[in-house]
Amino acid sequence: MSGPSTYVPQTGFTRWLDARLPIVRLAHDSFVAYPTPRNLNYWYTFGAILSMMLVVQIITGVVLAMHYVASTGVHTGGYSSIAFASVQRIDRDVPYGWLIQNIHSVGASMFFIAVYVHMFRGLYYGSYKAPREVLWILGCLIYLLMVATAFLGYTLPWGQMSFWGATVITNLLGAVPVVGESIKNWLMGGFSIDNPTLNRFFSLHYLLPFVIAGVTVLHVWALHVTGQNNPAGVPVKSAEDTVPFTPYATMKDAFAVVLFMLMFAAFVFFLPDALGHTDNYIPANPLVTPAHIVPEWYLLPFYAILRAIDFNVGPIDSKLGGVILMFAAIAVLFVLPWLDTSSVRSMRYRPIARICFVIFVVVSIALGWAGAQNPSLVLNPVEYRADLNWAQGGALRVAEVQVSDPGQMDAAIEASTKELTDAGASYTYVARESGTRATVSGLVGGEMQTQTVSAHSTDELEEAVATAKQGVGAPIVEVARHTPFEFTVTRLAQLLTAYYFAFFLIILPLLGLRETPGRVPDTIAKAVLSRQPKTAGAEA
Amino acid sequence: MLRRLILAAAAVLAFAAAPAFAETEAEHPENYPFSFEGVFGTYDRASVQRGFAVYSQVCAACHALEHMSYRNLGELPDGPFLAYRVTNEETGAQEITLTPHGHHGKPVDPNDNPYVRSIAEAATISAIDRETGQPTDRPGRPSDRFRSPFPNESAARLANGGALPPDLSVIVNARHGGADYIRSLLLGYGEPPAGVEVVEGKYYNRYFPGGWIAMAPPLVVEGQASYSDETVATIDQMATDVAHFLEWAADPKMAHRKSMGFSVMIFLLLLAGLTYTSYRLVWRNEKH
Repeated sequence: MSGPSTYVPQTGFTRWLDARLPIVRLAHDSFVAYPTPRNLNYWYTFGAILSMMLVVQIITGVVLAMHYVASTGVHTGGYSSIAFASVQRIDRDVPYGWLIQNIHSVGASMFFIAVYVHMFRGLYYGSYKAPREVLWILGCLIYLLMVATAFLGYTLPWGQMSFWGATVITNLLGAVPVVGESIKNWLMGGFSIDNPTLNRFFSLHYLLPFVIAGVTVLHVWALHVTGQNNPAGVPVKSAEDTVPFTPYATMKDAFAVVLFMLMFAAFVFFLPDALGHTDNYIPANPLVTPAHIVPEWYLLPFYAILRAIDFNVGPIDSKLGGVILMFAAIAVLFVLPWLDTSSVRSMRYRPIARICFVIFVVVSIALGWAGAQNPSLVLNPVEYRADLNWAQGGALRVAEVQVSDPGQMDAAIEASTKELTDAGASYTYVARESGTRATVSGLVGGEMQTQTVSAHSTDELEEAVATAKQGVGAPIVEVARHTPFEFTVTRLAQLLTAYYFAFFLIILPLLGLRETPGRVPDTIAKAVLSRQPKTAGAEA
Repeated sequence: MLRRLILAAAAVLAFAAAPAFAETEAEHPENYPFSFEGVFGTYDRASVQRGFAVYSQVCAACHALEHMSYRNLGELPDGPFLAYRVTNEETGAQEITLTPHGHHGKPVDPNDNPYVRSIAEAATISAIDRETGQPTDRPGRPSDRFRSPFPNESAARLANGGALPPDLSVIVNARHGGADYIRSLLLGYGEPPAGVEVVEGKYYNRYFPGGWIAMAPPLVVEGQASYSDETVATIDQMATDVAHFLEWAADPKMAHRKSMGFSVMIFLLLLAGLTYTSYRLVWRNEKH
């Protein structure tokens, strides 16, 4: 794609350097002369935005590391840890520490906003398809590293969510069969989350961004080998299809970066805590579990997938099943280039895939919502009902059951119950006093009565049942509770998870074989130059 | 179509980002119009000063401010006892005062600030005597951390029936509802509704999640804290002032943050205009 270099050194020094280390030539070919498709829209500016965010996070992070102290020891004269107190010191006493800390913590959220837009853009325009498979996989790797870095960074302030988030995630790894427990202890540096954990998390949180930077270089290298994809999805065929990177793409990227910075600054200066959780301002306490442990917003969809599995499948228990699906949700992205069978790249020309994609975006956001909710929250209006059955009048007969061996208990009770039923008892009631003693009561004769109570929650229902029982006054009341259909957040998350995987594993592979694509333009230039001014930009 | 969908998705996202789990039975805190709210909001200095009086005369018996030092009271931008050096126009003498007198006053270093010094000196700080190496007590200095009412967490729990009075340095950040919640909580004590089971050793508060709080009603009589200005220290006033003080304690750099934010937004808007114009100029002859 890059073609032969067009760089011509202008000065004596650059000629001298070019013969020894052609670094200026590399920069010129990569960021000045590099031909970019002329039809790139604003969705394609997020690569530049992400590069900026990586630099911002590394610079602010390096400064924060100069002041942060990774220690869980109790800070002098207080109850919180030294780590928690050092973050407070940064906010209060380090010159502009409040600014740097806000930029770094808000920056993590901004980084993820940008990376999600970037990934959805890649999905929509088919940027993962040949010849860009390696480019896409490197991107997925960067995303995975970002998730790890963000999770590690979130533990550093050593607030309640830091501590309990770390507990939940390290426990997940404990679900891995055979080696899970060892991995967990190795990662924690002990048998619980403590100072060794915080120290290694800090160390890794400092290391991984540089790994991200390294993979980003590979990502850009791969991009410059294959050339950029574009909204039409058709490959570049002639010089007419492209414009040089500088000034065309550079200026467009610069404008988009400034717009993004406006949003970034609004959060940093006016809503610095809006994207965080209040509980992380409570110092970590291993003895008090927060009412609801939730990760940061950008990991909520995966958290929802993790919790959606509340059933066992054969030898896989629900916990391991959740962990497998959560990692599979990211792993599936790595193999996406070979799952999508369509030869048309851009979903602009794939009417059905396009609808499925939009549903996929909505499903991903809904998963994020589900991840923030209490999993047992019931979403549909439900009426809980219970039937009370009793007999009015009649005679109460009581039989004592006593056995010497607890193993015979069930048989003895059954026999005694049968005796009462044979004697015409309409209701029987068993009260076990110990392993070898019980009382079986039965009501003989009397008139059958039924009463139904209903309520809007299970607690209210039990209250209503208790009240109704008192009102009835019969010695034996049989209560039959009806469990209505409860559409909980977990059920919703299961449906959403099913679509998430179906999109990659069923829809994209099958649709590519069946779908009739729209008319794909022959060249980028044709698509752009023939477009009516009226519809120009309708896509962006 | 895509654009509309994105807008819808953004709306959903905003909804999802709203505090998850607001499901406790506790009442929603009353929204009080604090002066620091909003993009241009500032602290009401008199209220922060009165709030400090409430903290030091009432709350400090149990609650620490472990991340704060006495010097913070006299620091820029919004320390409640930040003093200014001004020249008396009649006598020509230098005077230190709490009112800046327009722009003529020069902020006084907290270490030289008589108000901060006297507040610090009133506290007894445990220290190690340099000569003998033995534990000793000395009057506080502006550089000292606020004296904690208890030497450590165990002592605090023992004195409070097992409950730990939380540190108040960042309490408004650590609770949903922030200053509104603190104010409401202080005013929310009362008789439990009929049918609610009484919890031994705890107090009913309609704003506290679960309803039963270990903290006894801290503000019980008018004039409990003595104010140096003419404001009447009603229970409502004390609760409002101490919430105001705690907001300042959690976010002492707010004024810097907001004013810099305003400049940064203006700068970025201008830069956006400039880059957009350049972008249009560069692309004027290219179709895309």
